[in-house]
Amino acid sequence: MATIQEVQEEIVNEFIVFNDWMDRYNHLIEISDDLPLIDGKLKNNEYIIRGCQSKVWLNAEFNNGKIKFTADSDAIITKGIIALLIRVLSDRTPNEIIDAELEFIDRIGLRQNLSPTRANGLLSMIKQVKLYAIAYDAREKKK
Amino acid sequence: MDHTEKYDIEKIRADFPVLEQKVYNNKPLIYLDNGATTQKPLRVIRVVNRYHSELNSSIHRGVHFLSDQATNAYEKARETVRNFINAEKKEEIIFTSGTTGSINMLAFSFGEQFLEEGDEIIISEMEHHANIVPWQMLCERKKTKLKVIPFDDNGVLDLEVYENRITDKTKLISVTHISNTLGTVNPVREMIRIAHKNGIPVMIDAAQSIQHTEIDVQELDCDFLVFSGHKVYGPTGIGVFYGKEKWLELLPPYQGGGDMVDIVTFEKTTYNELPFKFEAGTTNYIGAIGMAAALEYISEIGMKKIAAYESDLLEYALQKLDHSGGITIYGLAPEKASILSFLIDGIHMLDAGMIFDKMGVAVRIGSHCAQPVMQHFNIDGTLRASVSFYNTKQEIDYLCKAIQQVKTMFT
Repeated sequence: MATIQEVQEEIVNEFIVFNDWMDRYNHLIEISDDLPLIDGKLKNNEYIIRGCQSKVWLNAEFNNGKIKFTADSDAIITKGIIALLIRVLSDRTPNEIIDAELEFIDRIGLRQNLSPTRANGLLSMIKQVKLYAIAYDAREKKK
Repeated sequence: MDHTEKYDIEKIRADFPVLEQKVYNNKPLIYLDNGATTQKPLRVIRVVNRYHSELNSSIHRGVHFLSDQATNAYEKARETVRNFINAEKKEEIIFTSGTTGSINMLAFSFGEQFLEEGDEIIISEMEHHANIVPWQMLCERKKTKLKVIPFDDNGVLDLEVYENRITDKTKLISVTHISNTLGTVNPVREMIRIAHKNGIPVMIDAAQSIQHTEIDVQELDCDFLVFSGHKVYGPTGIGVFYGKEKWLELLPPYQGGGDMVDIVTFEKTTYNELPFKFEAGTTNYIGAIGMAAALEYISEIGMKKIAAYESDLLEYALQKLDHSGGITIYGLAPEKASILSFLIDGIHMLDAGMIFDKMGVAVRIGSHCAQPVMQHFNIDGTLRASVSFYNTKQEIDYLCKAIQQVKTMFT
């Protein structure tokens, strides 16, 4: 399995071929289909991420030392963005997720391209992913 | 369309430097977010610049050349505002930080003076949060009650319910003139008449009407009227609180500080006369001067001409959107200003907004600080294109092109 760094490189290479942001958005729309979807029953307030302009639900499951994420959003571009995050961080150990430096976000210009409110939404998603990792890590250490 | 023939749109657009710019890969900026804030004409930019570079001095204080110049200009600005809304007296014009500041001031001063437990205030379902929250805060302080006039699905207020909501406990009615979300022009004159029949004063939130329609406070007979400078082509951080003199005399000051006092001792302070009683501290005098320049500018073009031109644009936009198909418009009152809230069927507003943005089209997305309006329609928000007298039909065409683009990308 590719490392976090390798997956990030892959994403950067996918995006740099597009000069125009419209094409990048089109690409995000395409990859929104790749998002491993959260169970419909979990699309409630308990799984919602606060601070996003669109609705985003995120779930994490811990199995054999690794965390798998599922998610969904009512906005498609947002869905594409979470799909990217999950592609990088899903199926990793809690420590890998906690230590991950998500440089692809800046390298593909995603952060700079989003307005501050939307960039905050992206940060909320990252924070939630990392919080899951911290929680599972703490639980494992207790055992 | 005779009335638009003499309308020199090119000349008007040339007065607004912001509009000339290109965004993202050389796309012309299509600015349709005028409900949030309006752009500034050169005249305002120059006045503000001139006062900062040549005439800056604290008003009402110094006995020197600069202070006199600034004080005179500030008081002249007050006269310009008085004239613009046809207030009876200059003393009835209070400069504030904006609409929000004005409403908070009224909620405090009126609440302190006139409200007791169990009293009621009436607002409408289509208010901006700025005309909801200050009253709720007052209700918590004073244990008073907030009552709401509902609107129908076209965005028209139910005047029958309004009349029924009025009781002998009702102490104040505070409604918006034009809805920032639905564009509805409320029949405020009639509403004021009904309120006065019951001996109740009325505050009009003119934040979204001051730039679109002629306002005559004496003709309306409103007791209070508030608006912001930045929504009427002036600077930010400046606004107006108009109140009939008889009310302003009765209301206690909102904030204490310099300039609003007469004699200060540690035992007791007496307050300055109107309008200074309500202008504590160093006011935003350069903002006031800049706002006056904006009001003079649009007066010269003519509010009637502006209203007619914007009404043409609105009609054109409504037709074009209707032709596009697959669009739901929120707010179809017969009396409507050039504010268009809509959703593209099946497409999230954020997705549409992000594509619009990259095409150079600036609209607002979200609840527009009017969440109860969204609750009425059971939606999270809308796209809002708010059109000003410097926008053009070509820009509306481009908006429709952007809508088409969004549909292609997301369906």
